[in-house]
Amino acid sequence: MATHALRAYLDNAATTPVLPEVAEAMLTAMGAGEDAAAQGLWANPSSSHRWGIAASAAVTVARGTVADALSVRPDEVVFTSGGTEANQLAVLGRCRARAGRGHHIVTTAIEHRSLLDGCAALEREGWVVTRLPVGPDGRLQVEAVLAALRPDTVLCAFAHVNNEVGTVQPVEDIAAALRGAAPEVTLHIDGVQAVGKVSTEYGRWGVGTAALSAHKLGGPKGVGALLVRRGVRIVPPVSGGAQEGGLRPGTENVPGIVGLGVALGLSPRWTAGLRSLKSDLWRGLIRALPGLEVNGPDPESSDAAPHILNVSFAGVVRVPAEVLLHALEAEGIAASAGSACSARHAEPSHVLIGLGLDPQRVGSSLRLSLGPATTGAEVAVALEGVPRAVARLRHGPLRRGAGVGDAL
Amino acid sequence: MNGEPLLIGRYAEIALKGGNRPDFERALLRAARWRLPAGSRASIGGSRLLVRLPEGCSMADGARALEHVFGLTAVQPAWRLPRPLELAHVADGAIRLAQEAARDGARTFKIAARRADKSFPLDSPALNRRLGAEVLSATGLTVDVHRPDVELGVDVRSDAVYLWGRGHSGPGGLPTGTAGRAVALMSGGIDSPVAAYLAAKRGLSLAAVYCHTPPYTGEGVRQKVVDLCRLLTGYTGPIRLWVAGFTPVQLAIQERVPEAMRTLVSRRFMLRIALAVARRERAGALITGDSLGQVASQTLESLAATGEVADLPVLRPLVAMDKMEIVAVARRLETYPISIRPFDDCCSLFAPRHPRTRPTRLEVRAAEAALDVSALVDEAMAGSERLQVTPDGVVAYPPAGRVHEASAED
Repeated sequence: MATHALRAYLDNAATTPVLPEVAEAMLTAMGAGEDAAAQGLWANPSSSHRWGIAASAAVTVARGTVADALSVRPDEVVFTSGGTEANQLAVLGRCRARAGRGHHIVTTAIEHRSLLDGCAALEREGWVVTRLPVGPDGRLQVEAVLAALRPDTVLCAFAHVNNEVGTVQPVEDIAAALRGAAPEVTLHIDGVQAVGKVSTEYGRWGVGTAALSAHKLGGPKGVGALLVRRGVRIVPPVSGGAQEGGLRPGTENVPGIVGLGVALGLSPRWTAGLRSLKSDLWRGLIRALPGLEVNGPDPESSDAAPHILNVSFAGVVRVPAEVLLHALEAEGIAASAGSACSARHAEPSHVLIGLGLDPQRVGSSLRLSLGPATTGAEVAVALEGVPRAVARLRHGPLRRGAGVGDAL
Repeated sequence: MNGEPLLIGRYAEIALKGGNRPDFERALLRAARWRLPAGSRASIGGSRLLVRLPEGCSMADGARALEHVFGLTAVQPAWRLPRPLELAHVADGAIRLAQEAARDGARTFKIAARRADKSFPLDSPALNRRLGAEVLSATGLTVDVHRPDVELGVDVRSDAVYLWGRGHSGPGGLPTGTAGRAVALMSGGIDSPVAAYLAAKRGLSLAAVYCHTPPYTGEGVRQKVVDLCRLLTGYTGPIRLWVAGFTPVQLAIQERVPEAMRTLVSRRFMLRIALAVARRERAGALITGDSLGQVASQTLESLAATGEVADLPVLRPLVAMDKMEIVAVARRLETYPISIRPFDDCCSLFAPRHPRTRPTRLEVRAAEAALDVSALVDEAMAGSERLQVTPDGVVAYPPAGRVHEASAED
């Protein structure tokens, strides 16, 4: 079987490996091994014996870590099964709670599926959704948000950091403007790609609800959190228990929650080095492949997240990104493409189209994303492997004849 | 009931095969033994496959193991009652089988008794009546001699009486290997596994070849082919899968062949590579998933222009099937969900915008004149990987440590 060792994992915006400290804490919380079993942290946090109380305390510690990261109070943190659930809970739950006031939502054209689908579901129920356009850098303008408000606007929802191109939105400014112009509108932030990587003082800024996910920052899959500020009422879609303030009934995922807390606590350790690693990657790539174009914000500006680099190879080699992805795979490099080459089976990225990029550029774009375990050695592997893969493809069949545009 | 449980496998066609019959029965035994749980004893007796299952193995599990053995038309759980015995024992057995069938929803029955041993005191009609009456009075079932829900079989032989109830139907066809060996061209799509299955059903053992074009086709497509082959082995027995390194061929075609002819030339190379595999596998035919007129490369003219490179028969079991019919078989084989996995196949990149649908052979030959055909086929073969695929998994072939031995066999 053709197995290629993974030498450079640059797909951290998709998911990250679990950090060793996180795994260790989770094993203890699962009661794996004699010592951990005797500690009893695996007990049900709702049980009234001492081990249940210990489990409950572990959840409390994690809740405190999350609350600190978002500058909110611990009782404003609701643990969920991940970012998607948190986004859906906020959008659907908040709009249902406020349906008496209005039926209008403001969002953008470049959101993650979990937000888009939540809005689309409400649209089918008769809500009106305004999807704000963004410029080529992906930035949302404060004025555009204010201009989109209507008397019946209930919710304004968008991602703090765009998952494909890494644009950092001016959340603090938009929150301040909304507080002045329309204090009754709830601001929901999809913080899945932001938390642990950029400043996320959502509580201080006046954000109403915000979503995050553990597996984007060295934690496990299947756990995340929703920030719900006091006074922001949400109608829960399911019932069955009093856990998580009734918003998320069911026995808590204690090992996952503990993992989330530990991972978030560790984030300052690696987050500081991300930006310089990304700079090395970007500068090295542009030096080796001068025709490369950036999609989204200038990689070295503060409008760009420290861990996501989206580049188009259209000016370098005329192959669809999928092919480049396979060629990188042979170099042991994992990345992701904004769109698949076969028009029959995948839609080109709505985010890149939303930035106004032409189909050629969309079809040849690649996302390289860094994370908690990324090393300088991996960047070096990429800087060697990407140009080599490109060189191989330059001698391929597509430098004349059928081009990328045809394949879309 | 004092008896021994066993499975009876029925076969129709191979019983007709005169002088070859022992060969066919041996192949059937081999195919059955390969699938049966360890400790099973299989034999041929009275033109039937008889299987004694090991302790602890249920009849249902045993029957499931046999239901995909090509050559079997039916698999029936049965009892063997050694003689001498009382008629009452036979009646007890028949009643038990009838009760089992009733539990499964049967409401009507029929006794189909046969007295092979003419010294038995009751003849066949009398046996039918006696046993019928016993089953009728002991169960809630009623008699229906024309369309019974369950037919209870009774076979009186000199050594024992065999009793059987409701069975499963088998796949039919001929035992694997009796028709020889063939190489199936696999693509990861819906058609090729169905074609491989249908051809294999007629008694062919299989090797398979997949033309892999990295980086233009991704790991996902290769995995689909592996998974499809693995699923097929449940019907066909082990498959040796050759993953040919097709990239140099595809690049050369893209470079030197006029656009409209590229697909046809590419098909010719796939057949040539399959022929090279056939020589190494000592196979006597190729199997393709061509269905007449489905796409441009499947017109009669295209089939002629591509098929001419083959000096072995090219079997095209799907040639007269509609897509809907092919899909129906694929669903039954459970290859369908694998075939429709979203694929990141970039072969559309190589597809001409306007492919020729009615090429002449001369045109196609001219189109590939600039290519060094045998060198390209050799390169694809040299860059190929061999996998031994069984229902239990996939391993590199030859297995590590056996390299020398296996290469000598080539």
